[in-house]
Amino acid sequence: MSLPTPAPTALDLGAAPRGFLGRILGLRQLELGGLPAEELELRLLELGFVEGARVEILHQGLFGGGDPIAVRIHTATIALRRREAAAILVEPLDE
Amino acid sequence: MNELAPAQRAFHVALVGNPNCGKTALFNALTGSSQRATNYPGVTVERKEGGLTTPGGRHISLLDLPGTYSLRARSPDEVITREVVLGSQDGVALPDLLVCVADATNLRLGLRLVLELKSTGRPVLLVLNMIDIARHRGMEIDTAALAAELALPVVTSVAVRRGGTDALLAEFDRIGGIAPPKTTSAWLAPDATGIRALQREADRILAAVVRMPPDKRDPMTRRLDAVLLHPVAGLLILLTVLFLMFQAVFAWAEPAMQLIEGGFQALGAAVGATLPEDGALGLLRSFLQDGLIAGVGSVLVFLPQILILFLFILLLEDFGYMARAAFLMDRIMGGAGLHGRAFIPLLSSFACAIPGIMATRVIDSRRDRLATILVAPLMTCSARIPVYTLIIGAFIEDRPVWGWIGLQGLVMFGLYAAGIVSALGMSFVFKRLLWRGTPSEPFMLELPDYKWPRLRDVLLGLWQRARAFLRRAGTIILSMMVVIWFLSSVPRPPEGATAPAIEYSLAFAIGHAVEPVLRPIGFNWQIGVALIPGMAAREVAVASLGTVYAVASNGEETTELGQALAGKWSLATALAFLAWYVFAPQCAATLAVIRRETGSRGWMWFSFGYMLGLAYLAAFVTFQVASLLGAG
Repeated sequence: MSLPTPAPTALDLGAAPRGFLGRILGLRQLELGGLPAEELELRLLELGFVEGARVEILHQGLFGGGDPIAVRIHTATIALRRREAAAILVEPLDE
Repeated sequence: MNELAPAQRAFHVALVGNPNCGKTALFNALTGSSQRATNYPGVTVERKEGGLTTPGGRHISLLDLPGTYSLRARSPDEVITREVVLGSQDGVALPDLLVCVADATNLRLGLRLVLELKSTGRPVLLVLNMIDIARHRGMEIDTAALAAELALPVVTSVAVRRGGTDALLAEFDRIGGIAPPKTTSAWLAPDATGIRALQREADRILAAVVRMPPDKRDPMTRRLDAVLLHPVAGLLILLTVLFLMFQAVFAWAEPAMQLIEGGFQALGAAVGATLPEDGALGLLRSFLQDGLIAGVGSVLVFLPQILILFLFILLLEDFGYMARAAFLMDRIMGGAGLHGRAFIPLLSSFACAIPGIMATRVIDSRRDRLATILVAPLMTCSARIPVYTLIIGAFIEDRPVWGWIGLQGLVMFGLYAAGIVSALGMSFVFKRLLWRGTPSEPFMLELPDYKWPRLRDVLLGLWQRARAFLRRAGTIILSMMVVIWFLSSVPRPPEGATAPAIEYSLAFAIGHAVEPVLRPIGFNWQIGVALIPGMAAREVAVASLGTVYAVASNGEETTELGQALAGKWSLATALAFLAWYVFAPQCAATLAVIRRETGSRGWMWFSFGYMLGLAYLAAFVTFQVASLLGAG
């Protein structure tokens, strides 16, 4: 699908530090050698990662550069790995 | 007159909902002890059913479907949910009513699911469960407005409180009076655009009908997670929890295990006393005493440990900690090619591989599940403990190594560590060799808010799991015991024979026949003979060694067997025997469960073969190295 033009400050959620607070700009097709890109997109959508949603990284693991991460989205907390979170494009929100 | 009056026909209701929405607690509250757990045909997905009668006298047949985020199923469990909802599951009636259970404190994904269910054209009812917690946190949900927006009936419930399901029961009475529509389901798997549209609609409704407090997080969850999910402290706490769990499994179960063991010995002795030793009745006596009673006893003796283990797992699961454990362990497990969720099954395997393998059903992907099943038997189950204790007690010097750490304890720890390391190593190898190029499943898991476990839910869960273990292990063990008893007891010793009966049996012949193969790993023919009855259950090998060496080995006399072995085996042989037991596929019941859970004889033989290979290799290396070092 076509993405909105990313804002200059846009980054992917997989690269964001713990405590990051932002808004989802879009999902990008990411071929990870794991799931097909479409399937990954569907699964992220099913867990509520849709455009416009607010996300916050609450926790991260000890290994692999803080992997996995626990992401707060609305009233849910979802654990996922940074490599899959890289498919989620976000812009920071200051609050 | 062939048609039943509407009130007599059972009204079929299916519960659908996201994972962690409190669906099972609601199911327990509605059906209580009238529920049964079976399997759907052809798959190892649990089918939970129960009946209830509404205040209006209507009989409801209730089905608890596996939790899912969408009908676009990804795992065998979720496929069942979709097939039942669409009425295409064999042997399950098309539900007259779909009850979508949503967590009132976490409605967003539940609302999307209810919109998707509505699109199937089936009658749907939305239950906002845990409404008390939502109110307590200051969330206000306008249920009338929600019902209007969805054009569906909406009720609230508190599954864990008396009277908390009254509104739902009243709805069953009301809807049950209306003839269900004869529509066929019109559901098409939504694509990305479709899911986005549904979620936007759910978000719009949510904003319109729910007033949230500024801070949506549960204070208890926030405070606990700050510690329990802390990168370092969280891991240390997890290790402490595991340590306590094992301490409990082994310490608390001991009295009950001795009671069961004693009971079966007494029963065996009583049967033995009533029948003669010789002739055809002697064969029956041997079958009852050594085969049936000893065999069933050897499995039942693990029930206390399994119950305690399950108690911990259920408490931690209901509390919401298990998802956190998977989160903390994901990288460690992932490094070995295992899924974060493989953690619980592998943990259970420390008590016994059978419940461990049964617990792999929580893993969505078939490949990840298979990898876990294949390595689960390598975890040191408690049946290995009698073997380890015997050999360590007889051959390893009881001296302190450092401070209060003794050499014997260190060897025991080493055997456990060898099991864990080899399980992780083998899964890594399987990933590289068997499934090279197949995509690995991503780890995505919702971390639910912490909740106090409810006694009723824990006890029901405990009862169901204990029953499943007994049924499976019971039936399998029984048939295996017959075969193994036959090998070790037939033919019978001739009249006036002085040597132990086993020396005349088929097992003895087999033990002798395989001796040349066992010689390079330091095993003598006595060990070869003991390995055959040991196939029934590992610890039976101890009793068999006792028989072969003509030494009683029950109870306190184990030390006597130990002394006999110490005089007859070299240290190298003893160490090789330990190394063999770390890997050996020495448990017929586990193999049968592998066959059942993988649905394939091939995988059963594969696991048998690879473990046998590893056991031989480990014993060979141990024996040769130990002999070179002068322990031969």
